Amino acid sequence: MANAIEANRLDVGYGGRQTAVKVLAGLDLAVAAGSFLSILGPSGCGKSTLLRVVADLLDPLGGTISVLGDTPHAVRSRRDVGFVFQDSTLLPWRTVRDNVRLPLAVGQGSLTRKIEDRSEELLELMGLAGFGERLPHQLSGGQRQRVAIARALLGEPRLLLMDEPFGALDEITRDRLNDELLALWRRTGTTILFVTHSIAEAAYLGERVIVLAANPGRLIKDLDMRPFKQDGNRCSREDPAVIAAMAELRAALERAS
Amino acid sequence: MRQAPLPPALAIALPVLGAASILFTWQFLLPWLGVPAYIVPTPTAIFGVFQKSFALLLGNLWPTLIEALAGFVIGNLAAVMLAVLFVHSRVLQAAYFPIVLFFNTIPILALSPIIILIFGLGMTPKIVIAAVICFFPTLVNMIRGLDSASSSEHELFRVLSATRSEIFWSLRLPRALPMLFSSLRIASATAVIGAIVGEWIGSDKGLGALIIQASFNYQSDRLYAAIVLSSSLSIALFILVVAIELRIIKY
Repeated sequence: MANAIEANRLDVGYGGRQTAVKVLAGLDLAVAAGSFLSILGPSGCGKSTLLRVVADLLDPLGGTISVLGDTPHAVRSRRDVGFVFQDSTLLPWRTVRDNVRLPLAVGQGSLTRKIEDRSEELLELMGLAGFGERLPHQLSGGQRQRVAIARALLGEPRLLLMDEPFGALDEITRDRLNDELLALWRRTGTTILFVTHSIAEAAYLGERVIVLAANPGRLIKDLDMRPFKQDGNRCSREDPAVIAAMAELRAALERAS
Repeated sequence: MRQAPLPPALAIALPVLGAASILFTWQFLLPWLGVPAYIVPTPTAIFGVFQKSFALLLGNLWPTLIEALAGFVIGNLAAVMLAVLFVHSRVLQAAYFPIVLFFNTIPILALSPIIILIFGLGMTPKIVIAAVICFFPTLVNMIRGLDSASSSEHELFRVLSATRSEIFWSLRLPRALPMLFSSLRIASATAVIGAIVGEWIGSDKGLGALIIQASFNYQSDRLYAAIVLSSSLSIALFILVVAIELRIIKY
């Protein structure tokens, strides 16, 4: 299978090229197209930074990165990438429907492919049918994140970047959204990069989990979760093998911190 | 411990009763204490001026209203436009914002004679003074408002390849509106103050001029009526701003 992302000796930092504080140093990473990658790591290890480089929000200082066989900039111009932030980032003055349709309202000038208005279909898919005319402050935290996911999916992106999207939600809502996300992933075949602080969430969702260490950010653990997954990439949280895998991830995370 | 909110009927009735109690005390207690009418006329005497000299009051309200409104619109519009310029050019902001800040420290009473020297005695200098007095709070609030979108909101627009003008119209401006309206509320009162200050310094028309004439002639009932009218004008402008705000900002 072709790779959706290929990073070679990737250096990323803030500040000038000479004086930069390196957030990621010499990262090598290949992510298969259509796969679900969970990214774990302590604060400041560069998890979010990695997503920002892939999304063309940040330029690397050194090394190379290819996204869907192209430059991050070309991928962004094609709207082949969707981004879901930790805070839902819904615009409070736009209705739910208009938030989902934001990708149709802005950035059309530089868009290199046409995108359809699938807002109704996506609202239905995310369990938000009938909520289209509401304003974001009238929704629960979980519903707001669903709207944010629907908005990210509007352009049918081949790559979905999620930066701790469920971090602020309660456990029950989070588990429910995890299952919905897996169902969505199976249905769309989108490659997903999912940053989280939760070991259980990373293990439950990812076909593969990587752990990054901080100062500077580097890969210290790469775990294939597919052997533990049954139907539709789901795994039992009580399975001893899964618990052992989570303990392995925890040990890596402790080393990383 | 926080007190429980009042029942709605009481919440409306209490301020009315409060005002009535003060008016009642004013009407009966002050004359009884021997406070002369040329210092504090009774509410009924002030109300009497509205009946007797309605045409005079209206004739003086009109210029003040026009000056305050024009100053309000011009001052706020200029502030909004300069704020837009400043947030799009850090160089301009760094170069000129300190100068604007310095200007704001000059007391309006010191600035007014200069404005009148430049613009003469017509309505223009009063409009300029009202505009100047509205300008600064709106400029500061608007700059803050236009910069108040979060970094993830900016990143969202970047991911969507939004242009600078799209970011302005779809993100920065709507984000700035609540802060703009809070300064417009303040400006609705200060614009009237600006117009009146201008009329004090050089005019024979308007509520400011009426206040000066009435105090020189010891017509305190007329003076108080002019004060009531100018504060009613501020309140009317304030209500207008709030009504527009409620229509525009629904979140």
